[in-house]
Amino acid sequence: MKINFKLNEKNISVDAPPMKRLLDVLREDLGLTGSKEGCGEGECGACSIMLDKQLVNSCLVPIAQCEGASILTIEGLGTEENLHPIQQAFLECGGAQCGICTPGMVMASFDLLKKNSNPTVSQIQTGLAGNLCRCTGYVKIIDSVTKAAETFK
Amino acid sequence: MRGLTPDYEMKTPKNIKEALQILSTNSGEWQLFAGGTDLMVSYEAGKLTHKKFLNINALHELKGFVVNDQEILIGGGCTFTQIKNHPIIQQEFPLLVNSAEATGAIAIQNRATIGGNIANMSPAADTPPVLIAYNADLILLSSKGYRIVNYTQFHKGYKRADLRADEIIMAIKIHRHQGISHSYYRKVGTRAAQSISKVCLAGVACVFRGQNIEWIQIGLGSVAPIPMQAIQTEHFLNEKDLTHENIQQARNILMDEIHPIDDIRSEAKYRKTVAGNLLTEFLESLKK
Amino acid sequence: MTMQKQTFSSPIGNSVQRKEGPKKVTGRSKYIDDIEFKNCLHGTTIRSTIPRGKIKQINFAQDIPWHEFTVVTAKDIPGQNHVALITTDQPFLADTDINHAEEPILLLAHQDKILLERARQAITIDYETLPPVLSIPEAVEAQTIIWGKDNILKSYHLEKGNIDSIWSKADFIIEDTYETGAQEHVYIETNGMVALANKQDGVTIWGSMQCPYYVQKALIPLFNFTEDKIRIIQTETGGGFGGKEEYPSMLAGHAALLAWKSGKVVKMIYDRAEDMACTTKRHPSRTHHKTAVNKDGRILGLDIQFIIDGGAYATLSSVVLSRGTIHAAGPYNIDHVRIDAKAVATNSVPYGAFRGFGAPQSIFALERHLDQIARKLNLSAEEIRRRNFIRDGQKTATGQLINEGVDMESLLDRALKHTHYKQKQRQFLDDNISNTKIKKGIGLATFMHGSGFTGSGEKYLASKVGIQLDRDAKIKVLSASTEIGQGTNTIFSQIAADALNTSTEIIEIFTPDTKYVPNSGPTVASRTTMVVGKLVQSAALGIRHTLQKEGYLKPTHSEVEFRQACLNYVKNHGELTVMAEYQQPPGIHWNDQTYQGDAYGSYAWAVYVAEIQIDTTTYETKVTNFTALQEVGRVINPILAQGQIEGGVAQGIGYALYEKVNLKDGRMINANMTNYIIPTSADLPHIEVLFEEVPYAHGPQGAKGIGELPMDGPAPAILNAIAMATGLELKSIPMLPEDLMKAFYEN
Repeated sequence: MKINFKLNEKNISVDAPPMKRLLDVLREDLGLTGSKEGCGEGECGACSIMLDKQLVNSCLVPIAQCEGASILTIEGLGTEENLHPIQQAFLECGGAQCGICTPGMVMASFDLLKKNSNPTVSQIQTGLAGNLCRCTGYVKIIDSVTKAAETFK
Repeated sequence: MRGLTPDYEMKTPKNIKEALQILSTNSGEWQLFAGGTDLMVSYEAGKLTHKKFLNINALHELKGFVVNDQEILIGGGCTFTQIKNHPIIQQEFPLLVNSAEATGAIAIQNRATIGGNIANMSPAADTPPVLIAYNADLILLSSKGYRIVNYTQFHKGYKRADLRADEIIMAIKIHRHQGISHSYYRKVGTRAAQSISKVCLAGVACVFRGQNIEWIQIGLGSVAPIPMQAIQTEHFLNEKDLTHENIQQARNILMDEIHPIDDIRSEAKYRKTVAGNLLTEFLESLKK
Repeated sequence: MTMQKQTFSSPIGNSVQRKEGPKKVTGRSKYIDDIEFKNCLHGTTIRSTIPRGKIKQINFAQDIPWHEFTVVTAKDIPGQNHVALITTDQPFLADTDINHAEEPILLLAHQDKILLERARQAITIDYETLPPVLSIPEAVEAQTIIWGKDNILKSYHLEKGNIDSIWSKADFIIEDTYETGAQEHVYIETNGMVALANKQDGVTIWGSMQCPYYVQKALIPLFNFTEDKIRIIQTETGGGFGGKEEYPSMLAGHAALLAWKSGKVVKMIYDRAEDMACTTKRHPSRTHHKTAVNKDGRILGLDIQFIIDGGAYATLSSVVLSRGTIHAAGPYNIDHVRIDAKAVATNSVPYGAFRGFGAPQSIFALERHLDQIARKLNLSAEEIRRRNFIRDGQKTATGQLINEGVDMESLLDRALKHTHYKQKQRQFLDDNISNTKIKKGIGLATFMHGSGFTGSGEKYLASKVGIQLDRDAKIKVLSASTEIGQGTNTIFSQIAADALNTSTEIIEIFTPDTKYVPNSGPTVASRTTMVVGKLVQSAALGIRHTLQKEGYLKPTHSEVEFRQACLNYVKNHGELTVMAEYQQPPGIHWNDQTYQGDAYGSYAWAVYVAEIQIDTTTYETKVTNFTALQEVGRVINPILAQGQIEGGVAQGIGYALYEKVNLKDGRMINANMTNYIIPTSADLPHIEVLFEEVPYAHGPQGAKGIGELPMDGPAPAILNAIAMATGLELKSIPMLPEDLMKAFYEN
């Protein structure tokens, strides 16, 4: 079926089976591989994106539910030449190690800081609890979000 | 990803009327699909045997809240994020905020709906014990009209419930003036977030001067094939004083009343003991 | 024109930003599944459903167009059907005998992923089942023999002094047994490989891995090709932790076999369920301690039996056992030590490398045992350790003379002071009397971890690194050491930049590709910074030396002068490559037969302190504060080093309290992220990392290895804290709430 939506500010139309996962449409049909599959069950958050301004796991969204939606992925947030302040903070504070959870972690941080520009450590922990990282022990990720919040202020 | 994508159909009705119309001749051919946070997990594991789904996620008729003097109606399509952020719910039904916050993590709460959570009929779901405690009613809508089922009577066995194939969970109705003096919610999961409960207890009570329980209602998760009401325990506790002996006895009754199992996430013995401990913790809190 | 002199501060000791960081934070890094291979086939694996038996028949259901598929069985293997590693017991594909559940039997490839999945589900296999061996006791009992003559994959006997002479002289003899469970790596990127294979081009592999040359070594006999025809390219790797040390050889072999038979590029990406159920995990262990001790707390003798479960094949069990054995006696000076160590075979999915490599298992046992001894002697946990710490001039259990300026006592003092240990201990004991619901505890572990390969390992590896001044006058580091998140790229550029007295920005790290980079050894064993980094330094100094010798560079120079010198050199002479090869530091001796000598070139030393609280309503333990103090030589990059320690501690907390591999018939039944529980950000405490820097003479700019160290300490420190809080002497991990409840009821 044909699905129309807005992706990183551009209008997009894809033809896909209705139950194809948004994650697969992004990665396979649209070549946006920044969103990762870590678990395929909504547990790890590596595929996190913003769907109609809400953080979601793109592995849990069938494409049929994206008709008319507005989607922001990591590719729409910043570029290597023009980093988003959150990305800059992750770079400076050591928030990324192996990097595979990072796009999802950055999106979850974006969602958190949009709702709460001055989060406490405990609010950051809760805000990012749906994003699993196996490298950092989260300490440097929490530092990164704290730092990004300072930039936002 | 083990789901065979092309085998699945999904139809999106324009409005509730069209949805009900499709469902009116439905004898299980079409199943409802809301936020998808449970169904997609089965699908990706290659375990979603049903293949035809009616996407009701965008139906605005299921989305809102209605608040009047007597009750609050929560649309079946409301997400846990919407529920935990609702001011009346925050003021009057804190257990719903607790259970919504205990569900998965932010990204799950943004998608998962309360109607879907109920219809999924998992005995380990985080909110059903709260609906039992608050004595919620379900408003079930079909092309023939609506009917109201008290949630404590809804579940009939593992993954079986008083819900016809032509019905949609339109709303959850909770009375606002129940005279609750104390409430309690605790989910014991495998970790602090992103977890499935090993045991969960929600309770509300009306207590006179920190001494006498006028009435009490208790819901539990993960201790039986269905989200269950602790009827015998409630029956024993109603109009009882909060003495050490009564608390002990209530604990024993509860532990007899529930039937947890050993599974991949925990053990029956642990669930039983901890359910007893949670009840004790709840009852002790009634003294304050 | 006057050249402006710039002065450089060395990048060493600075938190230089991660080299590949901008790509990672923007989602532009390409991991193997992110790379498009046009018209490639997708591959999948058919696996055994029983732990032991024989294949009778493979059935292909009728409704699948099988002619469209590439099907590979053991019969299709062009060379030898074994994964070459230390031994050759493990086949790429089971031919007749099944030795564990999930053992690969048949491979399938098709262009259409959906059809491939349908086909996977349409194959069934009939077996003749045989009784499996599924636990350490069953394997030791040897009623059923499943491997070799006696189910023993490897054994070591290590002896110092004469333990049997000491029992009669001891005031106390204290014995106990400790157990640790399996642990899954849960790198967030699952295993994945892409292969191209044919007669003309040979084999090319792209994928997620730690050790490109291990993969090459395994594929040479599989295809009977020479090494120049096997090319391995590492792609951005989303975590390893040891889990991508040996397993990638298996998967690369599978992808290559399908590519060979189909003539097409074949991509194989595991989903989480397959990755968890089928790949290696940390070895479960069982350690028995019998200890002779005097009433003043002086340990006279340690008698240790250390057994690890290796699973169905030998994989790396012998070397995991070796490291576990050498670390079993800890950082203590004990005159009489006997360690009997065995790796046994069971019909479980083979266990393999995992950060710490046997040491977390044996250190858990020792550090728990020491706390038990302390309590029996009415000594404090810190005092028993203080009275037995090894000091400079003393010898370890392998007879290695310690002369690195080690001072465990000062390290312990600093940790106690920093954490207000004594004060908190008293406070918690008081609190625990009045608070019946929450029990608080504080505990510690003191330990060391050897950097680099054990014994003669580094000498045999003879690692090589090249630094190239290329035609564009850029400086490139050529090594096979992989970036897997730990910071190889950044550390190497810092070391090279320091040696060349220039900035890190102009240093490039060449992709680990066996066609272009020399074999700098595997990316394991906390060796990359210390051993390979030293080679980077040597080779970079070689470049600088050549530029100076040829008159392009003065002894001191600015960055501009350096760049100009590079340009001038290249213009006149073309590119310049300087190679460095490992030279064993003088005075290192090791005897593989007696297991005596200098086990490691150097050790990192540590004191970890855990604070916990237990909720007696739910028996849940939460780590509320964690302090990790270590002496690791010179810290090259503080943020990266802290990140390594924090991440290791987090895995250690998971190992202690959350992560249980649930096995049924040798198969992991909780093979998903919902049911195998790793900690979330909401589960972990703040982890404070403190360093003591004593430069190591033979490491680059004084650095030692740190990668594995943080895995060793958390579990015993946490269980020691639980013992303080509850009085329960718990002897196994993972310690889940269910287990803690049982322990409460049994006492």
